[in-house]
This record gives sequence, C-alpha cells and structure tokens, in this order.
Amino acid sequence: MPARYITPLLAVFLLLILAADAQAARIGELTENDPWQQARRFFTFADPGLRLGLIGALLFGATCGLLGSFIVVRKMALIGDAISHAVLPGVALGFLWSMDKDPLAILVGATVAGLTGSLVVELIQRTTKIKQDAALGIVLASFFAVGLCMIRMIQNNDGASRITGLKSYLFGDVAVLGSQDVLTITGVVTVTVLLVILLYRQLLTIGFDREFAHSIGLPVRLLDGLFQLFLAFSIVVALQAVGVVLVSALLITPAAAAYLLVNRMHHMLWVAAAIGMFSAVLGVFFSFLGSDLPTGPFMVLGASSVFLVAYLFAPRHGRVTRWLRHRSRRRDVSNENTLKSIYRILERDAVGHDPGKVVKIDRLAGERRVARADLNKDLRRLRRIGAVKFSGQGGDVTLTGSGLKQAQRVVRNHRLWELYLTNEADYASNHVHDDAEKIEHFLSEEKVAEIERQLDYPDVDPHGQPIPGRGGA
Amino acid sequence: MNLHRIFVEPWQSHAVHYWPVFAMALFVTAACALIGNYLVLRRISLVGDAISHSVLPGIAIAFIMTGSRSGTPMFIGALVAGVAATVFIEVLHSRSRLKQDAAIGITFSTLFAIGVILISIHGAHTDLDLDCVLFGKMDFLSGREPVFLGLPGVAVTMAALALCVGVLIILFYKELLVSSFDPSLAASMGINPRLVHYLLMAVLSVVVVGAFTSVGAILVIAMLILPAATSCMLSDRLWVMMLLSLLHALISSLGGVHLAVALQVPTAPASVVAGAGLFAIVWVVSPRQGLISLWLRSRRGNRELAA
Repeated sequence: MPARYITPLLAVFLLLILAADAQAARIGELTENDPWQQARRFFTFADPGLRLGLIGALLFGATCGLLGSFIVVRKMALIGDAISHAVLPGVALGFLWSMDKDPLAILVGATVAGLTGSLVVELIQRTTKIKQDAALGIVLASFFAVGLCMIRMIQNNDGASRITGLKSYLFGDVAVLGSQDVLTITGVVTVTVLLVILLYRQLLTIGFDREFAHSIGLPVRLLDGLFQLFLAFSIVVALQAVGVVLVSALLITPAAAAYLLVNRMHHMLWVAAAIGMFSAVLGVFFSFLGSDLPTGPFMVLGASSVFLVAYLFAPRHGRVTRWLRHRSRRRDVSNENTLKSIYRILERDAVGHDPGKVVKIDRLAGERRVARADLNKDLRRLRRIGAVKFSGQGGDVTLTGSGLKQAQRVVRNHRLWELYLTNEADYASNHVHDDAEKIEHFLSEEKVAEIERQLDYPDVDPHGQPIPGRGGA
Repeated sequence: MNLHRIFVEPWQSHAVHYWPVFAMALFVTAACALIGNYLVLRRISLVGDAISHSVLPGIAIAFIMTGSRSGTPMFIGALVAGVAATVFIEVLHSRSRLKQDAAIGITFSTLFAIGVILISIHGAHTDLDLDCVLFGKMDFLSGREPVFLGLPGVAVTMAALALCVGVLIILFYKELLVSSFDPSLAASMGINPRLVHYLLMAVLSVVVVGAFTSVGAILVIAMLILPAATSCMLSDRLWVMMLLSLLHALISSLGGVHLAVALQVPTAPASVVAGAGLFAIVWVVSPRQGLISLWLRSRRGNRELAA
C-alpha cells in the first residue's frame, strides 16, 4: 500500500522545511545573473529559499497531477480553469483580512471564492438555458475582473510596499514561497493524497458512470462536493507559484499526457503525479536561471513539452509511433506482394520449383503493376532480409530458398482463402480475389491450418491454380 | 457616503477626458457582443477564451521583431497565432483520444505561457508589459492624439471593425443562423457549415486581436459572452438577442467607465464587473427564466399540487 510510504516521506519533507527556514536570502533577492552560476547553485541546492520552492513545487505538482487525472477523464478540464480564475477575488479578500500575505487567510478566502464560482456555474446551468461553456466563461471572467479591480484598489490604498506579494498570484513566483506557505501546501497535499487513496474506488466510479454510482448507493453529491473542495484547495496552494492564469494547465496537461501514455486509471494517477512534479521542478529551474522571471509559465511549458513527447511518441497512441507502425506494415505488405509476383512469374514459366531462375525486372514491374523505382525499393529491402539475390546489371533478380518459402506462404494464404470463401461462405469465385489480396498478409499459421483442415487439405484454388504445399513442396 | 461625489462628480469633471475611453469600451464590447451571440449559440464560448489567450505569443513576437507597438505587424502576428490555436485544438482533439476540453486547455495555456515568457524577458524596457495583458491599455487612450471626433486612431479602427462585423452579420444572417442551429439543414441548403465555422473563427480572431490592446487577453471572454448570455434570458429570437446584447454593451461600457472613475481602477475589468452586474440583475428579474419568476412558478405549482 502506498499509504505506508507517506508518513516517512512527510517527516522528511517537514525536516527539510525546518532546515530551509534558517533565515537566508530568498531567491528573488539574489543579485548574480549568470545562468551557469545560477544553474550550479540550483543543482547544489545551496539556496535555502530554493529548497523551499522546490519542496513546494514537488508537492503541488504531485497533487495537481492526481486531481487532474480525475478532471481529464471526467471531461471537466475547463471547470478547473474556471475555478482557478474565480479564486482571485478570494485572494484579494484574504489579503484585505489582515492587510498582509497571511497564507491561511488567503487559503480560506480563495477556497471560498473558488467554490462559490463552481456553485454559480452549476446554478446558471440549472436555472437558465445557458449551457456549460458559456456559464464557465461568465464565471471565469466576471470573478476574475472583480478580483483585478479589488487588487488594484488595494494597491491604490496601500502603496507599492506589499504589492509584489499579491502580484505573484497572477503569474506565479516560486521565490515568494515562505516556510509558512510550504507548511500549508504540505498540509493540503497530505489530506488530498489521503483522500485519493481512501476514496479511490468511489471517485473512480462516479467519474466513469454516475448513474451506476447512484444505483449502488454512493453519496454522489457529497463525493462531488468533496472532490470540488479539494480541487479548489490544490488550485489555491499552487496559486502563488504558478499563478491564477496558468494553474489550470498544471491540472490538465500532466494528466492529459498520462492519459495518452497508459490505459489504467491507477497507472495514470502515478504517471500524472510524476509528470506534474517533473514539470513543476523544471519550471523552478528555468525561472531560477534568469532574474525576475515568472515561474508559472515555465512550469506550463515543462508540462507541455512532456505532453508533446507523449503525443508524438507514446508507445501505443503516439503519432510518430503509429506512423512508424503503419509504415512498417505497409512495407511488409509491399514486400510480400513483390515476392508473390516473382512466384507467379516463375509458376507461369513452369519452373516454380527452381528458385535459381532469373526474373527480368521489366517483367516483374509489369506483373506487379508498380513503377520501377518503387519496385527497386522493395527489392533492395528483400535483398537485405535475404529473400532475393540480384543477378546481372539491370536489377534482374532470383529468388533464394527463404524467399521462395515466404512467397509460397503468401500465395498459399491467398488461394486457400479464395477457396474458403467460395466453398464455405458461398462467394462467387470471381468475387474472392480482392478480399484474399488483403487478408493474405495477416493470416496466422494456426488460422491457415484450421482452414486447410476444414477444406480437407485441397490441392487447387477455385481458379484451378495449385495451392503450394506447406513445406514448399 | 457622499452620493454626489460617487455618482455625479466623475461626469462633471472628467467627461471630456473619458470620452475616448468610453467610446473605445463601447466599440470593443459591441464588436465582441455581436460575434459572441454565435459563440453562445454554438456552445463554443471557450474557444473564444482560448483564442484570446493564444494571440499573446503572436503579439509578443511581432513586437520583439519590430520593436514598436504599431498596428499591422502585431495584428498579423496575433492573427497567425489565433488561427494556429484553432488548428492545434482541432488536431489534438481529432487525432488523439483527448476530449475537446482538454485540447483547449492545453493549447491556450501553452501558447499563453510562451507569450508571458517572451514578454517578461523582452518587455521590461518597453510598454508592452504583463499589466497590459491583464488589464488592457484602455485608460491610456485619452493621452493619444485624436484624429476623428476627439477619438484616437485605434478607437476609430475599432469602430470600423465593429461596423464590419455588424455588416457581415446582416449580410450573412441567414447562413449563420441556419448553420448555427442545424448544420445538416444548412448543408442541404447548399451552405458549407465547416466553411462558415472557420470564417466565424477568423472574424473572431480579428475581433479578439482588435480588443487585445484595450482589454488584455483574459477579460475578452467576458465581453464575448456576457452580452449574449444576458440577452438570451430575455428573448428567443436571434435578431432581438443581437439588439439586446448591443444594449448590454452600451450599458456595461457606460457603467464600466463610471466604476473605473469612482473606484480608481482600470476600465476594462470595471466594464466586465458592470456587465456581470447587469447579467446578475437580468438573471434575477428576467420575466421567463429569472430566478424570481422561477421561484414564483414553482410555488404556484406546489400550491396547485396541494389543492
């Protein structure tokens, strides 16, 4: 059980936070700007402020990945976006409460505002004919605008002294994370992870089939509310480091990448959490390199790069992997068709059992009905696998022993299938060729043996042509 | 509280000063409102949000390359980025097992992040900064050289843009209407719904780009959706909705300028707050869909049930 590892991990984190709190310069106050120097400082973890930032980033990266997974499979990605924009007035109110950056007041204010936002979305949907997309847009922008106005009013009243603290809420600045903030993050993350572990089955069930969840007596509304509460919490704790505007990306993108990579929900949770942590750390690193760079956008770019890699190279669903797979299958088919053509020429010349016979390239191109250039590509590939040999200058070829065997296998599959269709499926014998042309490449040994047994080991196909024997006889 | 100071004074002392700001707010909200009706009808409101975020890198790159905030290069950059965003969303959505919402979220956040990074690296010593992205630069209009009716050039351009959108909608009213409500009927009438969709997206990109310098990247969605959402609670007819949303645009920009003066905040978020307030009022009092009439109806229903 993963729960076993959580207590020691948390203890380590707490120790790190306490150690990091030894009053030292925060990242933002550093003066040196040389990227290499900064990179070295990053990797030696010499900077206590940086250590705090990293711990915070790792923690909320993981929760965002976990909760984001549920969001992505439930198709509510943009609800995360709406909540994250809606928290802004809450942040401002929390700030007004104490006129300082008190993490607890801001956490409470922001969470209340975020939940109010998602409630209003639901209320609009339920009482009017406005659909979800518009309701999300209305809440997102209206709450955000109210928040912007409030922040500007605070700035007007307060002078420039503490604005920096508030400004980081918009685009994120990991450097402003204090040990108080990181303690708050740790608390929220612990509870969220526990929630996901304890209620995994329930959340999964309502995520995939609400009706079913209802029917087996799950408290769907309560679980939904709980989930939204923790969603709001984890958005809020990531807020300072990532910023209101981009925090939703940290929910969506790692989870979407994981969704492309794996097929099972519990794998997806772990992968998404790992990607979330990785992107968060990447963001801290890059914003650390320059001076005064916002952290949030770099975290988002980190997550997006991971997503891009997953989109292109995911083992099953990746674009490039799929393209490669298709290409190799196309090539196999083309190779086999060329072998088949050679075989048929040899067969027509009644020298079928003499693989040494030279086949003229022009004749082969005519039989195969392709351009010489394409045929040459096939032949070169076939020579590489030892199926044909070139003889003479013009590209004329002879079949090797193994080539003959492969050719026979394809021809045999083709003719057996034709016979099977005419005899067992009542196809007319002049309608079976095209179908056989496709399936000949994909019939397995067992299937062929079975068909052969059903047809009682036939010798000729419906067109009267001989079916080559299994061993190449 | 001194009511006179809040409600009357701003218009006495600053009326001339705020005329260009108000005019700009009106043109932006009017253009957005007109096209927003179709976004709400077609349930693609959040594509508007995605485009408005995505134009940022285009604007930033054009700005860095030319070093000026002049119109044309920024406009081209933004348009390219906006169209690229729609294409990315389409590709991610149709060529992988991701759903549309996730595709939208990933696309716009990535492009927006690139834009923010470019601006924070290069924008420190120029006037394209992150404040502009958030609040818009509407309030700086009154300092610009007026060219027509006391309005600076950008405001005149925006007015022309709003007018163009209006004329296009009048010309293609039937096509837009049919393809929004029933794409297959549209196809049977010889209208290509996909073509209409992409043209709509192109016009949307142009409007969003035009609005960008005034209202920033994030608030545009409010200007697009609030008027249409408000008016669709008052009427079922599209052309009535259009007129009502123009009215919403007028009231919200008036209220926005007023709020901005009274509270000393930027005009763009203030107009959104005003528009949201208008939406809330209509939501409560709308004769057919309002919360009050809903409550009255359910009470009457309960009584009849009891009787």
